[in-house]
Amino acid sequence: MPVTPAGHDARPVAAAPAVAPVLEFRGVSKRYPSGDVGLEQATFSIDRGDFVFLVGSTGSGKSTVMRLLIKELEPSGGTIRVAGHDLSEIRHKRIAYYRRNIGVVFQDFKLLPTRTVYDNVAYALQVTGGTRREIRDKVPDILRLTGLSTKLHNYPDQLSGGEQQRVSIARAFVNHPPLLLADEPTGNLDPETSVDIMRLLYRINRTGTTVLVATHDQAMVDKMRRRVLELSQGRIVRDEATGLYARDETTREFARRMRQPSTRPDGL
Amino acid sequence: MKLGFFMKEAMRSMRRSAAPSFAALATVLVTMLVLGVFIPIVQATNGAANSVRGRVEVDVYMKTNATAADDARVQSELLRLPHVKSVQFVSKEQAYQQQAQADPQAYALLGSNPLPDTYHVYPDNPSNVLAVHSEISGTGSGGSGQLIDGSIQNVSNKQTDTKKILEVTNLVTITAAVLTVLLALASILLIANTIRLSLYARRREVEVMKLVGATDWFIRIPFMIEGVIVGSAGALLAIAVLAATKIALLDPLASNWTLIAAPRTIGFSVLVVVLLAAGTLVSAVGSGLSLRRFLRV
Repeated sequence: MPVTPAGHDARPVAAAPAVAPVLEFRGVSKRYPSGDVGLEQATFSIDRGDFVFLVGSTGSGKSTVMRLLIKELEPSGGTIRVAGHDLSEIRHKRIAYYRRNIGVVFQDFKLLPTRTVYDNVAYALQVTGGTRREIRDKVPDILRLTGLSTKLHNYPDQLSGGEQQRVSIARAFVNHPPLLLADEPTGNLDPETSVDIMRLLYRINRTGTTVLVATHDQAMVDKMRRRVLELSQGRIVRDEATGLYARDETTREFARRMRQPSTRPDGL
Repeated sequence: MKLGFFMKEAMRSMRRSAAPSFAALATVLVTMLVLGVFIPIVQATNGAANSVRGRVEVDVYMKTNATAADDARVQSELLRLPHVKSVQFVSKEQAYQQQAQADPQAYALLGSNPLPDTYHVYPDNPSNVLAVHSEISGTGSGGSGQLIDGSIQNVSNKQTDTKKILEVTNLVTITAAVLTVLLALASILLIANTIRLSLYARRREVEVMKLVGATDWFIRIPFMIEGVIVGSAGALLAIAVLAATKIALLDPLASNWTLIAAPRTIGFSVLVVVLLAAGTLVSAVGSGLSLRRFLRV
């Protein structure tokens, strides 16, 4: 796949497999009614199982990409394809069904305040018509995976920020969607908790889920050493994989590596 | 199909966000109370106005020397006139009895019966009374200028009174109708506004539900059920208050005071049904419609 290298130590992404990419942006632009440019001719694609960071300062277009992907916004130009389907062909009535295939995690957690942890995650299953037995099977499982077994019957306002974000991730993942989007998932969290959250996302990625994380936590991005898409003022200015992946780390090794003080290479 | 699930959802959100739901319930309660008091009053007013109009009539006084044959002839002539619904004959003896009862002392002084035979002519519609009057007295546009029959002494000329009665009752009826419409409008707006406010307070919830992939109807139905519950509960409470007031205050009075008993107002059970239906419908529909604005994510 073609790539636009901008840094002097950029390496091209590995050659694309024959399977269609999970996500494809082709010349996508978004101009807001106020005149602000959200995105300008963005082109990239993401393959199944990738873990991609979307970085850039505020207003660079990261949130725009996320909102375009969940069809909260419509692009002003270009095509977006998710799992081979053109998003513009999805009619308004079918948007809800489309969104059930994408897990989304936000900076402000976006939990339903009048429901317990269990019910928050169950809601994602109820929406898809899950039976009570299904819910009784799947929800405790996913809450165990995210480390919340003891908090099943707590309400969001009784949880810490990190715990709330875990609930959010559990809800996003309970239907095992092929794509998981995270818009500044660690924005409201302290560094220690951030590591835990990123560890969880890494674990989810290892199950084969494609993960796209928008963040401006540079240290995290450097440490994790995954593919990075950098946006600046709506344009993609960097698309590189560092190639220093330690692909088969366990999550524990991953976490240990993340907690080491970051070492930035010289010259950067 | 999943009604049980939606019912539980509605109960849950009412329990945890009690204040906005309670505000909506109180609003429905108050407006239904006001309507429940106002509708019977309006009806009583209209009823009174109508009965006053119904008593509007033309009195035809026969000459004192009129015979039974003259009476019969005049009666058939009167019945043949347009817009005449009925004619009531009061003989001079009957008239004497009626007036003597009303004022015994005065009539005891009288020697003979000075009263004439009288015909009370009732028009089919109160607004036609003046037309009937001019027919009989011949003062109409096609009339001869003379009374239609020589045996008639004169026709009561209560024109000014009659006109006033018609004008006033018309005004009363129209005012009552306008007030009712305004009140109903105010009630609907008030209930809808309270519901919209309570939904506004929960717009984040709706946003989250949409992001997780819930369809519009999946989100809407619990809110509408909540609207039904709140609306019917408010209306039932209002009905309970009205029923208690009626039993405690009005029924004892009705035996003493015929004004309340007399006009035919809407039956209490009909009023109950109307209030219940109105409260529930406005709440449910109001919830569904107000939610549209928040479903546009």
